[in-house]
Amino acid sequence: MAKRSAPEVNAGSMADIAFLLLIFFLVTTTIETDSGISRRLPPIDDIIDPPEIRKKNIFIVLVNKDDQLLVNDEPAELKDLRVRAMEFLDNGGGVGEEACNYCQGANDPTSSDNPDKAVISLQNDRLTSYKMYIAVQNELVAAYNDLRDREAQRLYGLDYRTMEKNFADPTWRGDKDKLKEQLDVLKAMYPQKLSEAEPKTRE
Amino acid sequence: MSKFKKKSGGGTPGISTASLPDIVFMLLFFFMVVTVLRQTTPLIENTLPTADEVEKLDKKDLVMYIYAGKPLARYQDQFGTEARIQLNDKFAEVSEVQSFIEAERASKREELVPFLTTALKVDGETNMGLISDIKQELRKANALKINYTTREGEASANIE
Repeated sequence: MAKRSAPEVNAGSMADIAFLLLIFFLVTTTIETDSGISRRLPPIDDIIDPPEIRKKNIFIVLVNKDDQLLVNDEPAELKDLRVRAMEFLDNGGGVGEEACNYCQGANDPTSSDNPDKAVISLQNDRLTSYKMYIAVQNELVAAYNDLRDREAQRLYGLDYRTMEKNFADPTWRGDKDKLKEQLDVLKAMYPQKLSEAEPKTRE
Repeated sequence: MSKFKKKSGGGTPGISTASLPDIVFMLLFFFMVVTVLRQTTPLIENTLPTADEVEKLDKKDLVMYIYAGKPLARYQDQFGTEARIQLNDKFAEVSEVQSFIEAERASKREELVPFLTTALKVDGETNMGLISDIKQELRKANALKINYTTREGEASANIE
């Protein structure tokens, strides 16, 4: 009998099969990551009596059930909120030990002493809409970030937001330890003190 | 006689496609590795609000998702039009949030548990009452790291 070689498997359709799989994974892939405003909730168990905060060091933002804003007992618009919050945080009205040497605010004695003492209190109604709440949160975080940006420009010639982005970027080539130190300095200059009251129910 | 015979024809030779499967397989493996299969199908309306002061949520395996919003039109007969919470693929009550967090924690390696973040994917039209209830439950479950997932955009776009 004649010696017969084993027939070759036709590999011509291999590419088609691979393409099919490729397209399946292309469609199901979600490369983009979610992004959002990160917050830390206060732990539930430490209800030790709260420290005394002077009234002038509190910036009260109230959002009612119709999504209207009340800032320190005056009606306000969302677009003005960032500037109002920055004026309050950057006021630097303290004297002596409480003075703030980097603040560029109005030094109004009836507003906050220094950014470390300044607390923003956010209160909302149970019927406030979530998107309004996010908008307010966003503006308040933006106020802090704008101030940190300014100080970062002054001290390091960079934006705070750029520095944060670099810090989070694993491909960034640079001294991360030094960057972390600089970020900590900026965060200590304008610490985010945002307190949220539990929503009030309507009577 | 010349040793170097001029090649006859002179037309361009066809490109070999023999390595095409290899290239395709390479791409295939890349996408297989980066793919995270979508786990939950939303049963609720989920138009996220916009914000621009955002942080990225890397490491998807360290995120627990809580969805909330109005049920989609085809579920409204059964579940009503009031905003609901969705955990994994079903509607849930506020009281189930704690056990959900516990179950998620149990499914992760122990050393990763402190790094878990809760992502709240909430429809913009939801009332804050529901979200406060969720937040209260999260505090009870000691899941304090949260992230309000948003779309990129100006905050003022929310109040139009």
